[in-house]
Amino acid sequence: MIRHLLSAGDLDRDEAIAILDTAGELARATGRSVKKLPTLRGRTVVNLFYEDSTRTRISFEAAAKRLSADVITFSAKGSSVSKGESLKDTALTLEAMGADAVVVRHSASGAAHRLAMSGWTDCVVVNAGDGTHEHPTQALLDAYTLRHHLSDGAGDLQGRRVVIVGDILHSRVARSNVLLLETLGAEVTVVGPPTLLPVGVEGWPCSVSYDLDNALTGADAVMMLRVQNERMNAAYFPSAREYSRRYGLDRHRAELLAPDGIVLHPGPMNRGMEITAEVADGPRSVVVEQVTNGVHVRMAVLYRLMGALPELESEAGS
Amino acid sequence: MSMVIREVAPYGEEAVDMTIDDGRIARIDPAGSAPAGEREIDASGLIVLPGLVDLHTHLREPGREDAETIESGTAAAALGGFTAVHAMANTQPVADTAGVVEQVWRRGQEAGYCDVHPVGAVTVGLAGERLAELGAMADSAARVRVFSDDGICVSDAVLMRRALEYVKAFDGVIAQHAQEPRLTEGAQMNEGELSGVLGLRGWPPVAEEAIIARDVLLAEHVGSRVHICHLSTRGSVDIIRWAKQRGIDVTAEVTPHHLILTEELATTYDPRYKVNPPLRTADDVAAVREGLADGTIDIVATDHAPHAHEDKDCEWGAGAFGMLGLQTALSVVIETMVETGRLSWREVADRMSTAPAIIGRVESQGRPLEVGEPANLVLVDPRARWHVNADALASRSRNTPFEGREMSGRVVATFLRGRPTVLEGRLA
Ligand SMILES: [Zn+2]
Repeated sequence: MIRHLLSAGDLDRDEAIAILDTAGELARATGRSVKKLPTLRGRTVVNLFYEDSTRTRISFEAAAKRLSADVITFSAKGSSVSKGESLKDTALTLEAMGADAVVVRHSASGAAHRLAMSGWTDCVVVNAGDGTHEHPTQALLDAYTLRHHLSDGAGDLQGRRVVIVGDILHSRVARSNVLLLETLGAEVTVVGPPTLLPVGVEGWPCSVSYDLDNALTGADAVMMLRVQNERMNAAYFPSAREYSRRYGLDRHRAELLAPDGIVLHPGPMNRGMEITAEVADGPRSVVVEQVTNGVHVRMAVLYRLMGALPELESEAGS
Repeated sequence: MSMVIREVAPYGEEAVDMTIDDGRIARIDPAGSAPAGEREIDASGLIVLPGLVDLHTHLREPGREDAETIESGTAAAALGGFTAVHAMANTQPVADTAGVVEQVWRRGQEAGYCDVHPVGAVTVGLAGERLAELGAMADSAARVRVFSDDGICVSDAVLMRRALEYVKAFDGVIAQHAQEPRLTEGAQMNEGELSGVLGLRGWPPVAEEAIIARDVLLAEHVGSRVHICHLSTRGSVDIIRWAKQRGIDVTAEVTPHHLILTEELATTYDPRYKVNPPLRTADDVAAVREGLADGTIDIVATDHAPHAHEDKDCEWGAGAFGMLGLQTALSVVIETMVETGRLSWREVADRMSTAPAIIGRVESQGRPLEVGEPANLVLVDPRARWHVNADALASRSRNTPFEGREMSGRVVATFLRGRPTVLEGRLA
C-alpha cells in the first residue's frame, strides 16, 4: 500500500487494479442516489488548489463528502493561497489544522512530491495535477472508463490499443496515462506534431507516431488532449486550422477505430480544435462518463490512502 | 615572524621543510633539516599547494547580505583553501562602474580572509544593451581584468564582438555565461528523457554549445581571448578542444558540481539541486572530467552561489539557481580527479591555482612553490575524510548539494602572504 499518490508510476498492477475495483464497489454502493458512506467521518480532507480547476476540485470535494469527510477547500480565488503565500507556509497551516489528507493542484511540476517529501507536513498527499508533470487520478478515471468498455469492468487492459493525441509535451494527463496504461498491459501510442512531443519520448513505455490516421486504425480507444491556443503563438504549430487538419478528431477519423472503439477527452474540450462537436457528442464519446467515474475513482483513492480498507466489505453490502 | 612548515610534501612529492618569512617562501630545506623558526607547524603527511584561486564566486555583497557577505564568503573561501576569489558582478547594485568595483575591492581588503578581485559587468546593469565602462573599471584601484555578465549571457553577437575587442586594450578577458536565452526560456533542468518524464522545462545542451561555438569564432576573428564559464556538456568540451587545436585563445572552466553530480537529482524535486547551467548526464560528467584531465578545460571554478533559505525551501520551479561550492571544491576535485588517477597534484595546482591566476591576470597568485615567491599556500590532508554539515559551513547560506556526504581530503591550513587564515581546519 502506498502512502501518497504522487505519480501514476507509484502504482503497480495489483495496486492499480485494487483502486479500480474499489471504485467499482463504491459506485455500486452509492449508486445514483449520491448516498453518503460513513467511512471517513471525523477525518479532514483539504483541497489545496493553487490553480483554478473547477471540475477537478468539485470532483474531489464530492468524493470526500460522499465518504463523510470534513472538507476544506483553499483555492487560488480565495484569500488563503493567493499570491505571496508559499506552498510551505500553507502546508504548515494545514498541519496546524489537523488535516489528514491534502489534495493538491499546483502549477509547478513536482509540487505534490515536494509537499509529501519535504517534512513540512505528515498528511497523506494526493496529486491533483502538478504543472506539466502528472495527474494520476485522471489516469485512474480514464483507466476505469476504458476497463468498463473494453474489459467488462474487471482485471486489466492487456493488449488493448489506446492512442493519446495532442500536446504530449505539456500534458500531465498524457504522462500519467502512459505510465498507468502500460502498467495495466495496454499498448499505448502517443501522437502529435514533433514540436509537442518531449525530447526523449522514445524512451517512454509507448509507441510514438506523427501519423494520426495510421495510429487510429483498429485502435480500441483514443484520448484527445486539449490544445491551448497559446502554443500556436509560441510556434509549436502554424495555425489552428492546420492543427485540426493533421491532429484533430473528426467523424471520418473516428471511424478508423475498432468497431466498438471509444473516444475520451479529459476536458475541457476545444470543440473545433482537437475534436469536432459531432465526435465529442457522438456515440463513441464517453466524456460524460469520465466525469461520473472521476468521483468514484477519487473516492477509492481517498478511501484506500486514508486507511479505510477493512470496512469496505460490510459497507458495500449495507 | 618566521614559520617553519615541517615535512610537508609540495605537490604531493618529496617532503621538505618550508620556511616562511616576511610573507614569502624564505627557504626550502630537506625534511627535518631547516633551522628552528619562531613558529613551527608539523605538516607530516600533508601536501602543500599554491593557494587556490577561484575565478567564479558570488559573494552577494552589496545587495543580498542575507545570503552572503564578503566577510562570510571569503571565510568560506579560506576554509576551502582559496587565497583569492573573483567576485561576480551580479550584485545589487551591479558591479558595472569603477565605484562599485572599488567598494567590493576595499571590503575584500578589510575582510581579509583572501584577496577579492571584482569581476566587472560587461554591460550596464547586466541589461545586454550597452557596454559598461570597462576601461574605468580596469583603471580603478580594483584593476579589473575579468568582465562578465554572469547569470546572463551576452547574447547579442555584435555586443559580444565589441566587448571582446575593447578589453584587448588592457589585457582583459570576457567570461561568457553561455546560454542562448530563447532556447532556455523558463528552463528548469537539463533537457533529455528525464526532463520529459518529470515535466520540467528543458535546458538543452545546444543552448550552451551554440553560444560557445559562436564566441570562439568571434574571438578568432577579432584576435581576442575569451573565457567560457561553467561549461557542462560533452559537446562544449568538443568545441573547446576543436578551438584550441585551431589556435583560438579560449579558456574554459568547469564547476565541482558538474564534475560529480548528475541530473538524476532532479527526481527529488528539491531545489537544492537546481543550478544554472543544470546538472547534466553521466556521459557529460565523464566528458568534463576527461576535458579537465587533458587540459581542454583549463580550470575548476566554483560558481559558489549562496541563496537564502526561503529561496531553496520551496517547490522546484520557485527555487533559485545555484549552490555553494567554496568549502567543498577541493574535496570534489580530489575524489573525481586525483583518487581516480586523472590528475596529479601538480595538475591540481595548475587547474585550481596557476591557470585561474593567469586567466585573471593576478600576478601574485598561483605562483610556483619556490624560494622568493609569495607565501600563498594551502596545506591539504589527502587522506582525511569529513562529512558536510551545512550548518557548520562559513557561508551565510546553507544550499550545499553535498549535505551529509563524505568528502575526500581536507584543508588543514591556508596562508595568505605568509599569514595563516586557516589553521587546523578552522579560521585562524
Ligand atoms: Zn553563470
